[in-house]
Amino acid sequence: MRLAMRNRAFLFFSLIMPLAFLFGYAGLFRRFGPEAVPYLLSMVLALTVMGSFWGLSVQLVTFREQGILRRFRVTPVGASAMLASSLISNYFLTLPTIAIEFYISRSVFHMAGLGNLVSVFILVTIGTVTFASLGLIVASVTNTMQETQIINQIIWFVFLFISGATIPFPMLPAMVQKISLFLPATYLVSGLQRAMIDHTNLNSLGSYLASLVGCALIAFIVSAQLFRWEPETKAPRQAKLWVAAAVVPFLLLGIWENFNGDLRSHAVKNMQSIREPYSLERIEH
Amino acid sequence: MLSGATIEVTNLTKRYGDVEALRGVSFAVNEGEVFGLLGPNGAGKTSTVEILEGLRTPDSGSVSVCGLDPQSSGAEFKYVIGAALQATALPDKMRVHEALDLFGSFYPQRRGTQELLARFGLEEKRNAFYSQLSGGQKQRLALAMALVNNPRVVFLDEPTAGLDPQVRREIYDIVEELKKEKKTILLTTHYIEEAEKLCDRVAIVDHGKVIALGTPRELKERSGAVTRITVRMAKPETNGALGNLEGVTECRTEADDYLLYSTRVPRTIVALVKHLEEQNNELVSLEISAPSLEDIFLELTGRRLRD
Repeated sequence: MRLAMRNRAFLFFSLIMPLAFLFGYAGLFRRFGPEAVPYLLSMVLALTVMGSFWGLSVQLVTFREQGILRRFRVTPVGASAMLASSLISNYFLTLPTIAIEFYISRSVFHMAGLGNLVSVFILVTIGTVTFASLGLIVASVTNTMQETQIINQIIWFVFLFISGATIPFPMLPAMVQKISLFLPATYLVSGLQRAMIDHTNLNSLGSYLASLVGCALIAFIVSAQLFRWEPETKAPRQAKLWVAAAVVPFLLLGIWENFNGDLRSHAVKNMQSIREPYSLERIEH
Repeated sequence: MLSGATIEVTNLTKRYGDVEALRGVSFAVNEGEVFGLLGPNGAGKTSTVEILEGLRTPDSGSVSVCGLDPQSSGAEFKYVIGAALQATALPDKMRVHEALDLFGSFYPQRRGTQELLARFGLEEKRNAFYSQLSGGQKQRLALAMALVNNPRVVFLDEPTAGLDPQVRREIYDIVEELKKEKKTILLTTHYIEEAEKLCDRVAIVDHGKVIALGTPRELKERSGAVTRITVRMAKPETNGALGNLEGVTECRTEADDYLLYSTRVPRTIVALVKHLEEQNNELVSLEISAPSLEDIFLELTGRRLRD
């Protein structure tokens, strides 16, 4: 944890970038008043949680490339313990950022309520572990930092722009919405919006949470299996297929959501919190 | 093979693609012994030690450390060994005391951070980042980390490679202290003086094979290596008579010096003095060099260690 706090890239992705988004969104949507803040905060919380995806994969590949992991290999620490300790420290480093975001939303942007805090806390906890595990799986199947960065960028941009974390879900084209329903990020964003705006409890978020937990478990097991200590040991080709296993929960949930789900209607409803004042404003003019 | 040896290596083979790194390496190290693997780069020393540390798997053959198989014994094996790898790397922003605290936390029994900092002369650097340490300080930290669990067996892979002579001497002192503590130490080196100074026994390794094994003294006695007598005289010799002195097997010139290789040093010196008197010549300097492990390596392989 201390190492992460001394890492400028980590501080940027886990603290500065989400706070910059919070101030950016709040500035953009200032005229909609404090009622819009829970919606904006839920997007920023999702970005903070999703940031775990970057940090751990880059750290693990750096440690492997620099030969740091092999020093750990001559100690009694196993691969699972290494990965689990990374996940836990990453989680405890994410929590203060979440607290700061809540504090700023309340004190600077005058957010009225706190949403369903239990649901938010559980979504943040499970979401952090899930996205960090997805990062670990990328680190396990890539051989170089360059390869890791390219794959991370591709996945990150998909998460960023078609999950509702930056562009509200209802504003996405219909076809993109269908694809978006297969992404873990979409369920994290939607879950946080529902918890913040509708005060949705854990029971109603069951399928989202189950899929996030399933994805995290599979990603963790696969990354522990594919874990490599040595820089010269390359990932076997079939390993990349194992990664597909981690997305199975969201494949199933995506199919179900596309035919029977209510995520779209929740997303539209939640967006009213920033659209209604906007509409009124337009009517007044 | 010695029964009850702390480290046992039997017919070890290892191949990397087309390169045969180990071709049937066997040796045993006894409890409390400092054992050296001496050989040039690429001889197979690091492959051997990394198999013993559990970092690599052999293609065939077997190894055991304190009766444990490095590949299958898990944490039990890791508790009894300490290792300073050929290139130890730590995160740049990790502080010296944090490294010792962290690695110490992996073991049920450990040495105190303060004790290790004091012993390895790192007290002043306890709060320094790893990236701020010199090469010698990094190596001292690597040795401290290798001892953090007070292991029975210590593996030191090229512990002084790339270090200046003063730092190298400091590392020698540390190994001497470990020797007094009766630690079993396996060290790899391509420095002759290191093997001669530190090791109770040495295995000379070349092209993946042990080509000689014994104490440094035994190896020298067993070999046909000859003593070198370096002579400088007031007037140069041109008739080649020095090569015919008693005991001399070879005579070479090097700048103003004559290098006499002798199997019977006392007789050669007596003959040399008589020869100088007869020639009305004078001795300016005389130096006798006993055969070194370098000479033995040269004799066995036809190459110098650093060729």
